[in-house]
This record gives sequence, structure tokens and C-alpha cells, in this order.
Amino acid sequence: MPTPPSSPPAAPRPPVTGTAPSQAELRSRLHGLPGVDAVGLEQRAAGLATRSIKTTAKAYALDLAISMVDLTTLEGSDTAGKVRALCAKAARPDPGDPTTPHTAAVCVYPDLAATAKEALAAAGAPQVEVAAVATAFPSGRASLRVKIADAEDAVAAGADEVDMVIDRGAFLSGDYLKVHEEIRAVKEACAAGPGAGARLKVIFENAELATYDNIRRASWLAMEAGADFIKTSTGKVGGAATLPATLLMLEAVRGYHAATGTRVGVKPAGGIRAAKDALRYLVVVNETAGPEWLTPDWFRFGASGLLGDLLMQRHKLATGAYSGAAYVTVD
Amino acid sequence: MVFDYAPAPESRSLVQIAPSYGLFVDGEFREAADGRSFKTVSPADEQALSEVAHAGAEDVEAAVRAARAAFPGWAALPGAERAKFLFRIARILQERSRELAVLETLDNGKPIRETRDADLPQVAAHFFYYAGWADKLAHAGLERTAHGGPPRPLGVAAQVIPWNFPLLMLAWKVAPALATGNTVVLKPAETTPLSALFFADICRQAQLPAGVVNILTGDGETGAALVSHPGVDKVAFTGSTAVGKAIAREVAGGDKRLTLELGGKGANIVFEDAPLDQAVEGVVNGSFFNQGQVCCAGSRLLVQESVADELLEALRRRLGTLRLGDPLDKNTDIGAINSPEQLARITELADAGEAEGAARWSPACELPSQGYWFAPTVFTGVTQAHRIAREEIFGPVLSVLTFRTPEEAVAKANNTPYGLSAGIWTEKGSRILRVAEKLRAGVVWANTFNKFDPTSPFGGYRESGFGREGGRHGLEAYLDLTGAEPAEAGAVANEGRRGARAGGKAGGR
Repeated sequence: MPTPPSSPPAAPRPPVTGTAPSQAELRSRLHGLPGVDAVGLEQRAAGLATRSIKTTAKAYALDLAISMVDLTTLEGSDTAGKVRALCAKAARPDPGDPTTPHTAAVCVYPDLAATAKEALAAAGAPQVEVAAVATAFPSGRASLRVKIADAEDAVAAGADEVDMVIDRGAFLSGDYLKVHEEIRAVKEACAAGPGAGARLKVIFENAELATYDNIRRASWLAMEAGADFIKTSTGKVGGAATLPATLLMLEAVRGYHAATGTRVGVKPAGGIRAAKDALRYLVVVNETAGPEWLTPDWFRFGASGLLGDLLMQRHKLATGAYSGAAYVTVD
Repeated sequence: MVFDYAPAPESRSLVQIAPSYGLFVDGEFREAADGRSFKTVSPADEQALSEVAHAGAEDVEAAVRAARAAFPGWAALPGAERAKFLFRIARILQERSRELAVLETLDNGKPIRETRDADLPQVAAHFFYYAGWADKLAHAGLERTAHGGPPRPLGVAAQVIPWNFPLLMLAWKVAPALATGNTVVLKPAETTPLSALFFADICRQAQLPAGVVNILTGDGETGAALVSHPGVDKVAFTGSTAVGKAIAREVAGGDKRLTLELGGKGANIVFEDAPLDQAVEGVVNGSFFNQGQVCCAGSRLLVQESVADELLEALRRRLGTLRLGDPLDKNTDIGAINSPEQLARITELADAGEAEGAARWSPACELPSQGYWFAPTVFTGVTQAHRIAREEIFGPVLSVLTFRTPEEAVAKANNTPYGLSAGIWTEKGSRILRVAEKLRAGVVWANTFNKFDPTSPFGGYRESGFGREGGRHGLEAYLDLTGAEPAEAGAVANEGRRGARAGGKAGGR
């Protein structure tokens, strides 16, 4: 397990109170953000992707990455049995090596959150959190009433974290207030969760927002509405997490922290399958938001297959020999 | 930092450097006629890399003679045949790029990340690009004005290049010269001779005819002897404005063609509506790429007052992430300064900035005990009256000035004897066009900086020189577009150079 960097505790913030901004205020604020130059952003991401992470740094980063995985299954075919297997793997990713860290969370649909909670407790890893996707995931096409009920269900089933989707249609049509209000409402539903409430991750589905300017606006919109995490994608749409978009979101959380003192986490999800890619993301976190974000409290990977490659690379680094997929448990 | 990157050095053993090298003349390596030689050292640790021959007047004579002898045959080759050699050289450069990147990093001190990702890809790209032109010169829109015939090569090109991008500057010079049918005598910089000597080996590997490319290593004296040699038809120089002026005086009154690519004091102008995060990257790239040892560096940052504090805070945070150290480490961002002389000049100017009252800042960074190092440095509170705002520093030193209106930005940007590069940062397209039109600089980048491509012409004016390198424009510097049709019968009478220029008059010298 990597030494946890010094960072404030992961306590979710209290629910947002006070009055909501007006549509005009939101609009002028979001449109007043500095633009994003796509070429420059992608060049910076490509530059950071050339960092060479070797030996001790690699060992540290692989363990850190494992500890940041939200091990995910979001299929119509999910069953209690499948989720139990996933939880067992999250609790002990490498049964042959007890020094392997557990993952940060398992991520499931709300109806399986209770199963996950039980399975993790049974596996002796109650510290692994249960994240449930909600608010008519993945499209977000439902009434606010249904979305809130969805989130409430998840929290009632014991979810420690709620991954909500924004209404991309409302966002793209300029109805920022609707998006803002939905996030606030779901945040309030999360308050019923354990302790200070479930942590809220807000998913943008970057591929549908289409431009970097939109991603930056969505980031600020979500953070102001009370998001604890901002997340790139559902994983259900092509063109999920990308390094440049994640870099941009890390700039946003850095800027928000500088402006308000509130730290928000970032979760790229979808399409990150290789350990090498995960290390690139960690480099981008390190050199953009800073080392304070290099903890499962503030950075996550939404992934399923990634864990297998992280474990194989970890094994390779420890033993010098590459074991192969047969030596890693399937979910 | 919690996430410390472990050392990730590129292997030194990728390149085998011989204990000594001769001059490359007429397809062979040979000792200097008077037997002189000098050491070239690695600026990162001051260790000697090799001993190279020091060319004197006699060697210059031999090299020019070899180039002269090779010229008629080379110029007479069909363009497609010349292209084959250039394509072959380009491919070998790609195949040997790892080796050459390590070599360049050792001899120059710049990070392997840059030689690997910037220098070497560009070197090969230049050869590929100009190889493509070799058989299309008649269609380059460069007809001779006198009677509309196709352009002709000039003859022997004397090329003197600097130490900041040794192999890339070689490519910028050699590729267009060969594509247009000229032959070359090239002198690499005294502190970075090795990659040019490896290039000589590549010429042999590509079976380039002897004498088409000749490499003379040496110092300023060697360069002076080369450019003043009467057998030279064309002089191309990249380097300091002071030496450029000396060369211009030297060739004045003769009929040598001259192109000069000299110093600069580029302004990077950040408007309040700029994409700020990318502007920070552009400022870092503009002034700290290659340790700031770039003629087109954006060494003056002009930032609009309304965003100055925000931008500077972001810039300082970003500079704190720069990694200075072993140039061979793949994670190094800032390498060594090329020579003690250059380090002394940077130090002197930076001290002058402080003495004149500008506020000096550097991120916390430990300099290695061996070698020539200078921490990235930012000066704020700089005015047009400070030396650091006027003189080219050629090091990792950024001078920050502020402005209030676009007019003031343009006036300050243009308030320099140089005119090589400038950058504009704004999300407003119309402002880019309006400001670019008013900036007196050969290259104006918009929302980017230090972006190079072989298809794009590069060059400056005023004290930054004249002539263009790269692109179709780069052909012009190596072509005769004005000369009248030489009298075939009378060509020999004009002895030597004229005879050779007419092509195939072997008896002309």
C-alpha cells in the first residue's frame, strides 16, 4: 500500500444550502471562464504521457492505481453472484499476495448495492466503498422525481457513493439551471447516507458534451452545485475517458480549490484498460492538480479490465517474470 | 513530491563515440592539415567526449575544392536521382534516431525528451520534405526573371551553424541545398561538432557522391576562413547577430549570395481573453524549451494587466514542476547550458536584471555540482528600459512586462531591433489577425509557440537576419533566379566558378 499522502479527510461536504443562482448568473459565470485551446491541451497531455515511470516509482504508482480503482460492473446481465465475485476481487485483488491493496470501491447498479455491501463485509473488507450509479444511468432521461427516487434507493441500500449523470440535453440547450438544480437535489438525497452522507460523483459523458469548453463549464457547474467528484463518462458511450479531458477537469478542480478552498475529486471512467495508461493518468494528476489529489479520496479510475493488467504488471515488477492473464482472477 | 519519478536514463551505450574524429572532406575522414584538434565535452558533467580535428585555411581550401569538383555532377543529376539520396538519408536518420538523440543530448546538454521528440523527428522530416522538392523545382513558382527558364543551383554553399540545435540546423541547411543541386561545406559549432560528424557517416552510408557534403569542424576562425573563401557561391549562417554582421561585411561587394538567421527577443503576448492554462504552457515552452537557447524564444512575456497576477501565479506553479537534471533522464525537462561561455553570459545578464531593479524568481531547484546549469528564472517588474528586455539572453530567463491595451502590446513587442518571432494568445480570432498584421516579426504564432514544420518558412528581419528557411521559400535561398543564361562557349573564360556553375565544364578550373 503506498504511503497515503497528507490530505484532508475524505469527509463529504454538508449539503448545499442557500439559494440557487439564477439562469442568467450561471450562464454569465460559465461563459466567462477562460476558453480551452484544444491543440494546446492535447499537446500538454501528450507531453506528460511521455514521462517514464520505472522501478520504485512504478511500484508505488501501480499500488496507488489499484487502490484508486472503482471496480465496476454495469450490465443488464448482472446478478448477485456476479457482484459477490466482484466484491471478493475488490477486497483481495491478488489472493496470492496479501500486500496487494484493495480497490477503492465497487461500482454497481442501485438494486445490487445492498448485495455488494453484504459481500464486502463478508469478505472482511467493509472499508471498500459501494458506489451505485443512479439518476436514470446512463442516459439521464427521466423526470427529476424518478432521478431522486433512484438516488434515494441507492443510499437506502447502503451505497457510500452515488454516481449520477447530468442531463446532457439540458446542458447542451443552455439550461444550466436545470442541471444545477438536479445536482443539488441529488446531493440532498445523498445526505441521508451514512455519516455525513454519500459522496456524490457527477458524470458528464464528455463525448456527448463534445467540446473542451463544455467540459470546463460542466466541471464548474457541477462543483458549484455540490459535486464531491466529477467524472468523465458512463462507459456506455464511445469515446469515454481521455487524458486531455481528464487533465482539463484536473485544472478545474485545482482552480475551484484555489478559489473556494473546497477540494473536489476526479474520476476518469471507461476505456482505461492498460496499467501503462493508468500510470499516465497518475502523472497528469501529479503535475496538474498536485500530489494532494494522489489518493483514492480524490482520484479514482472507473474500470473493470484495468485491475487485471495492474495486477499482472505488479507481479512482473515483483518477480521479474510476466505471468499472464491465467494467473489473475476473472471477475 | 510524493510521487517521485525514479531515474529513467536512456542508455548511454546506444551510441559509440570514437576517441577522435577527423574532418570529412571529399567523402573521407582526414586529419587537419596542421594536425590541430580540440576537445568536445558533455556540458552536463564536463567530461570530454571526443577529440575532433580543427580545420585551418588549408583544410577549407581542400573542402571547397572537393565541393567545387563534385558540383557539376551533382547539379547535372536528374532531380529524381538527387531525391533518392535525400530520401535515403532521411530514412537512415530515422533508423538511427535513438543513437543520434543520445549523441546530441551528450554533446549539447539538452534533455533526451527534446532530442527524441523534437530534434530528430524534425531532422528527418526536413530531409523527407526537401527530397520531395528535388524533382519539382521547375514547378516551385521560382522561374528566373530574366527569361523564365527553370531555376539553377548556385554552386558551393558554405554553411555555418550554431550549437543550440546542431543536427536540426544542419538539416535546415543541408537538405534544401542538396535538393536544389548545390554542394555543401558545413561547419558545425565548436561546442557541438559530433552530430555533424555522424551525419557525415550517414552520407557515406547513403553512398552520397564524394564531395557533395563536406564537414569542417573548428572554431570561429575556421568559419571566417570558410565564408571568405573565393570558391564559395553562397553563404548561409545561423547564429549571433554580431557574427552575422561580420559575415555580411565580409561578403559585401562580392557576388556571394547570403542568408542570415540571427538573434531574437520574441514577445509572447497574452491578452485577457486568452485560454490561460494553455497560455501558461505556451509561455513555458516559449522561454524554457531547450533551456531558452532558441533564437525565436518568447523571452519577453507581455501580459495584459487584468490577468497578470492570475497568469503569473499559474506560471510559477507550473515552473515548480519542471525537472532539471541529467539530460539523459527521460523525465528531465531542463538540461544543461551548452558551454561555460554561454552560462557566463546568462549569469551576467540575469545579474544585470536584478541590479536594474527587476524582481527575480526561480522555483526551488537543486543544480548539479558538475556541469553548466542555470535554474529557470522569471523577472517581473521589467520595463522596456531594462537590459533583460532588450538584449538576447539565450538562456532560461523570462522577462515579464505588462500592458493595458492592444496598441500598447504591439508597440512594446515591436520595440526591439530584432524581428524574428512573436506569439499571440487570445480566443478572439479577429484580434489574432489584427495584431499579427502589426507585429514586425518573421514568425507569429497564435495560441501556440515554438511550433515548427518543414513546410513552413522561417526567418526574420532587421537584426534577426534575412532569407527564409523551410517550405517552398527555403528553396529560393539556394537557387539562381536572376542570372542571365550563361554563354556556354564563354563560360570557361570566366574561370572556375562561372564555368562550374554552367554545369559540366570540368576544365573550367
